[in-house]
Amino acid sequence: MPEVTMLEAIRQALFEEMERDPSVVTLGEDIGVYGGAFKVTEGLLAKFGRERVIDTPISETAIVGAACGMSYLGLRPVAEMQFIDFIACCFNQVTNFVAKSHYLWGAPAPMVIRGPAGGGVHGGPFHSANPEMYFVHTPGLKVVYPSTAYDAKGLLKSAIRDNNPVLFFEHKFLYRRVKEEIPEGDYAVPIGQAVVRREGHDLTIVSYAAMMHASLEAAALLAKEGIEAEVIDLRTLLPLDRETILSSVKRTNRLLVVHEDTRTAGIAGEIAAVVFEGAFQDLDAPFARVTGLDTPVPYSPPLEDFFLPNAEKVAAAARELAKY
Amino acid sequence: MSQAPTGKHLTREQHLDLYYYMQLNRKLEERMMRLFRQNQIVGGLYSSLGQEAVSVGSAYALEPRDWLAPLIRNIGALLVKGIQPRDIFTQHMAKFTSPTQGKDGTSHFGDLKKCHVVSPISMLGDLIPVMTGVAMAGRYLGQKIVAMTWIGDGGSSTGAFHEGMNLAASQSAPVVVVLENNQWAYSTPVARQVPMRDLSKRALAYGIRGMIADGNDVLAVYQASKEAVDECRAGRGPVLLEVKTMRMKGHAQHDAAEYVPRAMLDYWKAKDPIVRFEKYLTENNLWDANQKSEIDARIERELDAEQKFAEESPMPPPELAAEGVYCEGCHTIEADWQRDKAEVTPPASSIEPVWEVRDFGAVAASAPAPKPSSPPVRQPTVAAPPRQPAAVVSPSPTASQPAVPAPAASQPAAAPASSQQHHPKAPHKPSGKPPAKPAPKPAVPVQPAPDAAGETPLRVPFGRGPKDKAFREQQAAEAREKKRGRRR
Repeated sequence: MPEVTMLEAIRQALFEEMERDPSVVTLGEDIGVYGGAFKVTEGLLAKFGRERVIDTPISETAIVGAACGMSYLGLRPVAEMQFIDFIACCFNQVTNFVAKSHYLWGAPAPMVIRGPAGGGVHGGPFHSANPEMYFVHTPGLKVVYPSTAYDAKGLLKSAIRDNNPVLFFEHKFLYRRVKEEIPEGDYAVPIGQAVVRREGHDLTIVSYAAMMHASLEAAALLAKEGIEAEVIDLRTLLPLDRETILSSVKRTNRLLVVHEDTRTAGIAGEIAAVVFEGAFQDLDAPFARVTGLDTPVPYSPPLEDFFLPNAEKVAAAARELAKY
Repeated sequence: MSQAPTGKHLTREQHLDLYYYMQLNRKLEERMMRLFRQNQIVGGLYSSLGQEAVSVGSAYALEPRDWLAPLIRNIGALLVKGIQPRDIFTQHMAKFTSPTQGKDGTSHFGDLKKCHVVSPISMLGDLIPVMTGVAMAGRYLGQKIVAMTWIGDGGSSTGAFHEGMNLAASQSAPVVVVLENNQWAYSTPVARQVPMRDLSKRALAYGIRGMIADGNDVLAVYQASKEAVDECRAGRGPVLLEVKTMRMKGHAQHDAAEYVPRAMLDYWKAKDPIVRFEKYLTENNLWDANQKSEIDARIERELDAEQKFAEESPMPPPELAAEGVYCEGCHTIEADWQRDKAEVTPPASSIEPVWEVRDFGAVAASAPAPKPSSPPVRQPTVAAPPRQPAAVVSPSPTASQPAVPAPAASQPAAAPASSQQHHPKAPHKPSGKPPAKPAPKPAVPVQPAPDAAGETPLRVPFGRGPKDKAFREQQAAEAREKKRGRRR
């Protein structure tokens, strides 16, 4: 099996789905001739033509609106946000039009909005955000945020085949940094299922995207100190896989949540609530979280490093928990 | 009457159809007003009184395969497209039998499969990108459909309107956007929203065709809409069609609309679209008193039954609130392909991924001459209402109101030059060649809006005008200037 980057895996998913199903089309800014700001869509235009790979004006609201309209006629559009930060420009279209469509009038909107998210590449405050929680708080959407090449491909395929609008976050720090062998040909990873990345019995670390890798690094450090951490990769934030989290915490009795998103009302708060509701009696330690700061993502490397969680910060928090 | 030719392509039955739908629209809304006062309508109720010709005339130009997305004042369009009055009753009454099972009210519902109606949301402008997507998908699937939606004078100020229009234009999408200028965005008059008289002039900015029609003349609306739909079907879309009308009630039932000058209401009341059309039908011998009573009786009969159904319908079971967030296999999603899929599948779909930039973006003066295939600048064929002075406070109905509806479509000469902007864009044929020879004139002359220069700058003397601070200051400044002049 060939080793591919996460970016290449996403590209493969787009190619294979467009090949498999002519109702899959893509639209977005500079996705055609240029191949997208990160070259995720490179080669799509040459193969599938202008009717299926649509370069749009700089109009996020129009991109998402048009994708929604296309989905009403049975197409399965994949809309790209050049940076996921720009989804703020079409917040109304996503949260009021697309998300509520099925609940209100029974009109499914099978569409995907995907784009590069997250920090660690000195993109500055408008090219580094993690706006996933706005959408996790919006009934009707599904929110997916993979951390590996294998999952990125399999989850994007599931997203395209899903009958609901799926927001597909791609961590740009991971685009070319994570590589793995993935099977050639078709496979899908189901939406809504978390996965245990490393087994352990001393505490549970729940994370996703780039911070899942920081958590695994931390777990390796902790293992040298005799602390065995279990690491859960959420993969899907909405709907949240409560069972996998609860069954792990019931075994380890300690919970640490790690995310790059800002702290207040980040998903750690929701996971804490889930565990307090479903496994309070099993907890031996207070709940802990390591997160981004409650600030915009700053530009300068020392500032951004200070903003971001990393393996050291995760390990430090885990050691505190292990004392109980 | 002299404007009889406006409806010349319509049969007698179609004329009566138009009357039926307009009257059905009005009677349905009258009943809903009574239900509202009886607290049987639990939420908002919006009236389209006086605007029935807009909804009915425009939607009547569509074919069953076409798509539409209404706003709250387009119940008439829904009726034309085949939505049943019971759906509108039950929606407003929040019943379990409503198309949204009580999850939303007003005309916030749709029908993807049968009637091809997309539901609006309360935020304005968003339907234009969505209907652009509908139109693009229809074209992609080979369905030859046209998508139509409406936007108010108020909604045309949103970013979504602009983004949608621009995407539709850049895609030459078959979309008809009916800009329903009813003079008021809630309580703000149109002159306070947009510094120009004819909102259809915005079409110029998108390089698309703009049209104007008298929104209180159902035949004028139909004729213009039909032309717009035909343009789109022929691949020359999108089209922005402004219809001038008047909201005769408040924004919603709770709004007494005391801010609207009485005389303005009187002016428009005299142009009531149904009264006008009734007169037209009589004068052109398209019906007699018997037929009118037959249609009116049929409307009452139908509405009796539909209202009864709604009143007897149950409210939704409370637990329903928790259901339906996701489609979990409840819908089968399948596109209706009217073309060979092989055309959009490799190898047929494969191209050389390069841009071709026509005339390299050079200034128009040195651009190549227009291709002979460019469609000529179209002559106006749809007449606008006679122009009123820019900021008319109270056009006296006796003095300035035309005794007859707007001039007919077949009399373009009668239309004031400023009322039309017909600049269909030249088909975009990319050419890699550098600018060849200077052409005397660009293919599409872009001139300042003809009446923009001559008009009074934005001032709203309607009703509250003199209370406006800037207005008072300007008046004072003008008075001082006058005084100073006299002194000299």
